[in-house]
Amino acid sequence: MLINQFLFLGAILFCIGVYGVLVRRNLVLVLMSIELILNAVNINLVAFGAMWHATDPANLSGQVFALFVIAVAAAEVGVGLALVLMIFRNRQSIDADDVDLLKG
Amino acid sequence: MPTLLDKVWIIPAVMAASFLLILFLGKRLGTKATAGIGIAAVSLCLVFSVITAGQWINRVNHPPTGEALASDIRQANGLTPQTPEEIESEINSATKDSGETVGAGDAQPSSESQAATESGAATTSEGGHSSEGSHETVPPVVRTVTWFEIGPIHFEAGTLVDGLTAMMLVTVSIISLLVHIYSTEYLRGDVRYTHYYAFLSLFTASMLFYVMSSNTLQMLVGWELVGLCSFGLIGHWWEDKKNSDAALKAFLTNRVGDMGLIIGVTITFFAAGATSFNVLHINEYALSPGANTTLLLVGALCLFGGVTSKSGQFPLHTWLPDAMAGPTPVSALIHAATMVVAGVYLIARLYAVFFEGLGIGSSSLHYVAFIGGFTTIMGGALAFAQTDLKKVLAYSTISQLGYMVMALGVGAWTAGVFHLFTHAFFKACLFLGAGSVSHACHHTFDMREMGGLRKHMKSTHITFLIATLALAGIAPLAGFWSKDEILAGAQQGQEHAYTLMLVFGLITAFMTAAYMGRAYWMTFWGEYRGHGTPHESPKVITIPLWILAICAVLFGFLNLPAFFNAPSWATTRFEHFVEPTFAFPAVEHPEFTPWLAVVSTILAVAGLAAAYLYYERNKGPHGLTQRNRLAKGGYTFLENKYYLDTLYTDIIAADTKGPLARAAYWFNQNVLDGIIDGASAVTKKVSGVVYHGVDQMVVDGVVNGTGLVSEESGQFLRRMQTGKVQQYAAILFAGVVVLAGVLVFVV
Repeated sequence: MLINQFLFLGAILFCIGVYGVLVRRNLVLVLMSIELILNAVNINLVAFGAMWHATDPANLSGQVFALFVIAVAAAEVGVGLALVLMIFRNRQSIDADDVDLLKG
Repeated sequence: MPTLLDKVWIIPAVMAASFLLILFLGKRLGTKATAGIGIAAVSLCLVFSVITAGQWINRVNHPPTGEALASDIRQANGLTPQTPEEIESEINSATKDSGETVGAGDAQPSSESQAATESGAATTSEGGHSSEGSHETVPPVVRTVTWFEIGPIHFEAGTLVDGLTAMMLVTVSIISLLVHIYSTEYLRGDVRYTHYYAFLSLFTASMLFYVMSSNTLQMLVGWELVGLCSFGLIGHWWEDKKNSDAALKAFLTNRVGDMGLIIGVTITFFAAGATSFNVLHINEYALSPGANTTLLLVGALCLFGGVTSKSGQFPLHTWLPDAMAGPTPVSALIHAATMVVAGVYLIARLYAVFFEGLGIGSSSLHYVAFIGGFTTIMGGALAFAQTDLKKVLAYSTISQLGYMVMALGVGAWTAGVFHLFTHAFFKACLFLGAGSVSHACHHTFDMREMGGLRKHMKSTHITFLIATLALAGIAPLAGFWSKDEILAGAQQGQEHAYTLMLVFGLITAFMTAAYMGRAYWMTFWGEYRGHGTPHESPKVITIPLWILAICAVLFGFLNLPAFFNAPSWATTRFEHFVEPTFAFPAVEHPEFTPWLAVVSTILAVAGLAAAYLYYERNKGPHGLTQRNRLAKGGYTFLENKYYLDTLYTDIIAADTKGPLARAAYWFNQNVLDGIIDGASAVTKKVSGVVYHGVDQMVVDGVVNGTGLVSEESGQFLRRMQTGKVQQYAAILFAGVVVLAGVLVFVV
């Protein structure tokens, strides 16, 4: 089984996600980009799981791990959105560049 | 079976508790309660001491056997042999030491306890009735705890109980109790009543502690403690400069001898293998064939230095007469009966060291015997020139201590220790009697102001007479038996080699009777020469006198010689129970010699008669000291105590202190000041260099440099901290990329 296509897809998604995290000003979009990164990882997990356990279909460790990641990502988004909400309430802005209290 | 022999430390502990109680509560409780605490504590001690002595007698009659014997010997030596063979060999060697094979020695230590008991019973029936001095090995009861450790060596503290210890315990307790009771009256209304009783308790505790010490280090502690109490009590009335001077003199003179003692303790410790201060260990070493006799000789002589000062031997005896400045009961307890015999006890306790070191068994004249003999004559002669009743007794004590030392010096161990025992009672009786007399005569001790007191003080007179006769050695009072044994020892001791000591002893026997007769007649006969009317002392004073007088009558029979064919239970009991059988040299036991006893008694009677004729009947060459220049010179010589005090104070001390002070001043001005001035100049220079070079440049440079570097690097680094999260994330990502590159392409 060829795995290249999955890895390409994962890599592209990861790059889009990293780009989004680094350059988007909107904090919600930063969070969404993080989701993209996580999903890129998920694709890799499922793909590698399917490849290594091709002869043993009952072994689903890759897929199960991906499910864990999804669950954790949901929690992370919950916390992240709550943070964004609080930042917005306090400063009426969700621009990442505005939040620079730690400037040295 | 647990006995008091194991727990004998309780006895001094009781006295120490009494000391603390009196010290902290005495002032608050008042005089009656203070004396009560002291008397109760000493009574308890006396009961315990008598029980201890009884249990020791029981132990001698029923000696331990088999395992019990082996374990006792092990504890006595402070050793722990590992194998049964070693234990057996120890039993055998120990029984060989005593010169007799014991039935129990053959029994296997590991055999059934039944067998051990049987053989024990067999030896008991044999040994219990043996009237001869030789009996089987009875090791002392030694119980120790580890005091401190240096490297692999465990220094132990503990108790050692044997016949000698038990005898000393009983003697000290009895006399201390009587002195406590006597003092309630004698010191009535004294300013430092509490202080006095506290010191009495401390003294008794220290003395009891001293006699039950299991090692020489502990003995040193006890020795110094009794010295301290002696100092405190001599100077009890320190407002009078004479008294505090006497206390200082006693303390300093004793210091001189104590140096010898400390060196002696050290030498014996290193001689015996530098593993233990245990006295039995040291004695065992001294008796072993490979012992270094030179070291033992030096050690014994150094130890004798301590004996010389504490037991008033020539030439360090000068403190003892001055010590009479203390209250009379103190003189009776400390400076006649107990503390001053500490030195004699030391010789008796470490007898193997002295015996082997000085070659007592093989020589005919050596330092200890000679000094003992010389002291006994010298002290006796000085007693004639004294007009102070207590000083007569003090010189008599010196003379009798010389007797004891001489006895130990000629190898008559039992005789010396027996004399220690009997002397304690009659000399305490004499001192307390002198105190009673002074109580009656307005606190004077000058015999020229006494006289005729026999009509006024019946009890004091009779008891003083009994004690005088006992001291003079009139049969059958206590002094006769012990003195006669010493003379027999000097006559027969070690193959008739100590004839000189016999001559010394006989001369002293005459002198003792004569000066005691002089004191007795001057005090109790003739006409009263003092002021007022003398009166008999109250019962609190006379009852102790009577008890001591009874002791002075009876205690001589404790060592009845075998000559008299008395039943075995009454013959040489003292020798049987007190003489050690373990780690003890093979001393001879002199036979009772009738002609010697007759001669010494005749001499004593002659001495008393001479004193009677000269002082009571006014016969003889009176006024000789005025007419004859030689006699006058001799009297002046005696009156000035051989000029020893002059030698010490005016010549040695005075000639040393002037040049010493000048030399010290010169040294101070030139050497010490030079050193100090030079040192300060150098310090000033150095500190200048340090200030400019080190402090300003290096230290400040480092501090300022650190600050500067921090500031600059902070200025540089703060630019990186923008507070923008995405910039951080970008740097993070760049870092990850670099790491990933390294991991993929390099590793």
